[in-house]
Amino acid sequence: MNNNGQAIHLKKEILIRLIKAFYTEDFEENTRLIPYDMRPTGAEVPYRCCIYKERAILKDRTIAGLGFQIEEDDERISLTTYAKKALERTEIDNKNLTVLQAACKGCVPSQIHVTELCQGCIARPCQQACKFGAITVKDGKSHIDGSKCKKCKMCLNACPYNAIVKITVPCEDACPVGAIEKDEQSLARIDFDKCINCGRCISACPFGAVHEKSQIIDILKALKSDKKVIALIAPSIAGQFPGNIYQLKTAIMKSGFDDVYEVAQGADITAQNEAKEFAERMESGESFMTTSCCAGYNQLIKKHLPEIKPYVSDTKTPLYYIAEHVKQLYPDAVTVFVSPCVAKRAEGFENENVNFVMSFEELGALFVAKKIEILNLEETPFEKESSKQGRNFGITGGVAQAVKKSSKDEQAVNSMILSGLNKDSIRKLKTYAKNGTCENGCNLIEVMCCDGGCISGNATLNNVKTASKLINQLTEKSDDIKRIK
Amino acid sequence: MSKVKVNVCMGTTCFVMGGSNLQELMEIVPKKYGDKVEVTGSPCLGLCSINWEYSKAPYVKVNDETVVEATVEKVLEAIDKEVEKLN
Ligand code: FES
Repeated sequence: MNNNGQAIHLKKEILIRLIKAFYTEDFEENTRLIPYDMRPTGAEVPYRCCIYKERAILKDRTIAGLGFQIEEDDERISLTTYAKKALERTEIDNKNLTVLQAACKGCVPSQIHVTELCQGCIARPCQQACKFGAITVKDGKSHIDGSKCKKCKMCLNACPYNAIVKITVPCEDACPVGAIEKDEQSLARIDFDKCINCGRCISACPFGAVHEKSQIIDILKALKSDKKVIALIAPSIAGQFPGNIYQLKTAIMKSGFDDVYEVAQGADITAQNEAKEFAERMESGESFMTTSCCAGYNQLIKKHLPEIKPYVSDTKTPLYYIAEHVKQLYPDAVTVFVSPCVAKRAEGFENENVNFVMSFEELGALFVAKKIEILNLEETPFEKESSKQGRNFGITGGVAQAVKKSSKDEQAVNSMILSGLNKDSIRKLKTYAKNGTCENGCNLIEVMCCDGGCISGNATLNNVKTASKLINQLTEKSDDIKRIK
Repeated sequence: MSKVKVNVCMGTTCFVMGGSNLQELMEIVPKKYGDKVEVTGSPCLGLCSINWEYSKAPYVKVNDETVVEATVEKVLEAIDKEVEKLN
């Protein structure tokens, strides 16, 4: 879950206001007014230097909510125009993240910095430690030449006064694949050729400057049309709202959807197919297989780790199976996947059976805007009850467990869990691919992009602890996967 | 003995705006204050339809005080103040 409390509050507030504006007579004008309604003249200015700057940033955030790239904003274009363009738009693109320019400028580019604590000592261990000749001593203090510094931190470790520090940029630091970097103007830029949509930068930025580009307006347009619109809810959603998932289904339908399917239903198919595939692979002498349902991991394989591909299960994701099923039933329906993370936006974009992706935050905003009180609602049953294991897919270890429980020979499965893609775990995967074997006799690797699994996705609303508790309450009452046909 | 009454809003608006985190109070409060404080969760307290609506949610009631944009820390602070009054 996103921990930058106030920034995330602002993001949600803007989504609520946008949705409310959509349902008024004059969407364009009411969208234009959002920054002014949030910071009316005379209001206190909680975060920035002045009210104008605050409004400018709120405008940027609204642009992301309308589904546009903030980087391409021309300040002269008003929100009215953006709102109009959002209404007219018929297609979405695959750049799922965007960076708030005005909020980003504040943060210092990453560098090695000599602080006031430098004593200008005679021994000068920093200068000796630097292999690149980047340190000189002027006026009794060490100075680092940024053009020569390679940020190796040797000087930092050598200084007996701890006077040298590394200034980090949170988004750069969080990105496991080096896809985000500050440019010359000190603005963070995302390289979409490298980006795996893991969403770590969103959660890491203390200014809340990285935004998901929302499809909410496109979804609201679909809801308003006479097309059938069907929500496909990720297993991890069970821990994200008050009430149970059957009340949640009623709430989603009350907010305008025609029907709701559990993606856990697709997860059961994934687990069963993957168990079969696993047995076949092991029989033919392969040494290990990795799971394939995490969208962030799939992007990583495609963009950075092609060598692991032969070891990755060919079984499709839970979303794939459920979307296929729903489109077979209703070929003309619009499908909306309700997601814990931004990575699934990429998967949704590539799958023609998935029309839109909506985050948990956005669904929450829709409930608030429509004043839907989940706890007061009746329960609505699903087409088919999903299994305990399928509903547990979103918690780390859940997928491996489901595959194991679906296997004829449970003992043959020796799983290992990689929870959280970071430089370390990526290095591990590289090694396994190179050696053709995994460690400790393990033969099934579950890979989850987020630490803790989908329940800690960037767009979740609850913390991991309470979310797992709520999911456990549901799975305790659910059937074992062996009994699902 | 009178008790401090804490009512954590578990309505949709409060929950979505960050109230989900406040469920921890159900465990923390009894541990910290024993039976001096009584903590319950409730459906919408009605605060999100007056004044600031969703913009200052989540809301928590500590006796007659309303804690706005509530966090675990803020609520504990408000409880401390009320507990002080008891003594
Ligand atoms: S949801 Fe908390 S006051 Fe209404």
